[in-house]
Amino acid sequence: MTAPATPIARPDALPEVDVAPGRARPRARVRDGLVEGWLRGHTLLVYLFLYIPILVVVVFSFNATQRRVTQWEGFSLRWYESVLHDTVVQAALFNSFRVAIATAILATVFGTMAALALQGTPRWFRSIFEALTFISIIVPEIVIALSTLVFYSTTFDVINQLFHVRFKLGYETIVAAHALFNISLVLLLVRARLSGMDRTHVEASYDLYGTPWRTFWQITFPQLLPAIVAGFLLSFTFSFDDYVITFFVYGAGLTTLPIYIFSSIRQGVTPATNAIAAIMLLITLSVLVIGQALVWRNARRSGQRGAQASVAGMIAEQSG
Amino acid sequence: MTISTEVAKADDEGPRRSRRSALVTGLLVLPASAWYLILLVLPLLIVLVMSFGNKGRFGGYEPAFTFANYADALDPNRITPFVTSLVLALSGTFLCLLTALPIAYYIATRGGSRKSLLIVLLIVPFWTSFLIRTYAWLTILGPEGLAGFIGDVTGDSSFRILGTPWAVLLGVVYGYLPLMVFPIYVTMERMDRTLIEASKDLGATRWATFRQVTLPITATGLITGSILVFIPLMGEYVVPAILGYGRVFLIGNQLVLQFLDSRNWPQGAARAVVLILIMLVSVVFYLWFVNRGRRTRDVSVV
Repeated sequence: MTAPATPIARPDALPEVDVAPGRARPRARVRDGLVEGWLRGHTLLVYLFLYIPILVVVVFSFNATQRRVTQWEGFSLRWYESVLHDTVVQAALFNSFRVAIATAILATVFGTMAALALQGTPRWFRSIFEALTFISIIVPEIVIALSTLVFYSTTFDVINQLFHVRFKLGYETIVAAHALFNISLVLLLVRARLSGMDRTHVEASYDLYGTPWRTFWQITFPQLLPAIVAGFLLSFTFSFDDYVITFFVYGAGLTTLPIYIFSSIRQGVTPATNAIAAIMLLITLSVLVIGQALVWRNARRSGQRGAQASVAGMIAEQSG
Repeated sequence: MTISTEVAKADDEGPRRSRRSALVTGLLVLPASAWYLILLVLPLLIVLVMSFGNKGRFGGYEPAFTFANYADALDPNRITPFVTSLVLALSGTFLCLLTALPIAYYIATRGGSRKSLLIVLLIVPFWTSFLIRTYAWLTILGPEGLAGFIGDVTGDSSFRILGTPWAVLLGVVYGYLPLMVFPIYVTMERMDRTLIEASKDLGATRWATFRQVTLPITATGLITGSILVFIPLMGEYVVPAILGYGRVFLIGNQLVLQFLDSRNWPQGAARAVVLILIMLVSVVFYLWFVNRGRRTRDVSVV
């Protein structure tokens, strides 16, 4: 933005103009131009910084090479083929899906339920609940992971001895642990949407003798839908991508894709690992695109503003 | 006539309906509350209790009341992982801040119609797997990438980036940068632009306007972003494990070691509690800062 000369005379700028009428302004303009250029250049560099690593992984996953990862020997899909035929990868992929879908459903249903009811709870309860939501999001993942492991292990010891059952770490423990963070996430998204919601439709519905049940499904729910969808998709991807919590509570019974990738990284970068990584990127990105499309379609039907209904916009808003 | 019966009926139904709605409310918050209680409060309490205990004969826990684990965690000879984590988290946060500030400023003030596109472009990498984004740097920084190139140029064939603190620092800045940009962007976006106009009209230079108007108003965003980055950085495990080859040894690495490998849970628990305390201190500082800002703004309005 090259600043146009201000029409109002600036008091302390006047003498400067008197002394050197021809010089001060071009110099200021050059400086402005430099600042603008630097801002734009910096922004461009940061975007490159964000995307180049991802591109490198995707590009080299198509490399036909047998040996060195970065030595380009032509385009090939062979690594995708070999990876997708690998039964271990197949199992890991399937497990990740299983965990992520269950987590997303649990988190979305329970998070939305709590968000709807929280306004009607006593004040002391709400304060504690909000503090716990905050804690579950802000505590470093590794602390949640290790305390969950310790909790599972100690309670399972007690329960297994008392009731002669054999609870152990596996699918259920991973889903339950993943759900904690994601319930809080859905809760925040839905509550934000709820607080910005237009109440007049709800009141109109009650005035027209709509039952609470019908009012909810016909008025409140459609308005909350973008937040609920965003919450579901976010929960899915967070659970699908999670490494740290899974690593602590998977108990070697159930390998997810991130666990598999992490263990294969230890043997160095290979085109095959690049292919698995690219597949994972593809899955999470298509989830994002599908969700965005759903929200947009819903927004067009109900005539909301596009920007407001954007999944990404909602996430950006939330983290602010 | 009809109206009066209606009113009477409504009054009659009042208490019953409110009792029923209280029940519905209770049922709706029950699952989430159960999750918080069982998978958050209880586990953290167990870790707290365990941090005062002894190591069991086969790993695990033996009841006791001792401060030995804390003494061990804070022993000057064994405190290195904490110090390394703290240095790395502080410098990582600072680097994120330096990188994020211009870009947030650019999007908020110069974004125009491309604003939402630019924000979406920031979110897309953040949406994808942290593990894979970290892994991606292995090729770039490796001996066939940047390190090899620098080695060729300087003639030092043993030049390495991976396995050094610099690789870890780069990895964490890369991983957490969006978390810093969003809050700064949001506060800058919501800022009252007329204040900048006013400052310019009063003859302030652009730098003075930025320093004296934009920066103080967006301080909340800067601090929020710093907290959002600093806290997960303190407990980071994935980046030092992958890009630091485990040679850059942070608290996260030590916790994994103590909980999963050597199974010395009480010692690990004490370190986890110290980590939580560091987190609490930074959150309290954050709340104090935000409220302090609010108070001074109120005063300045009067």
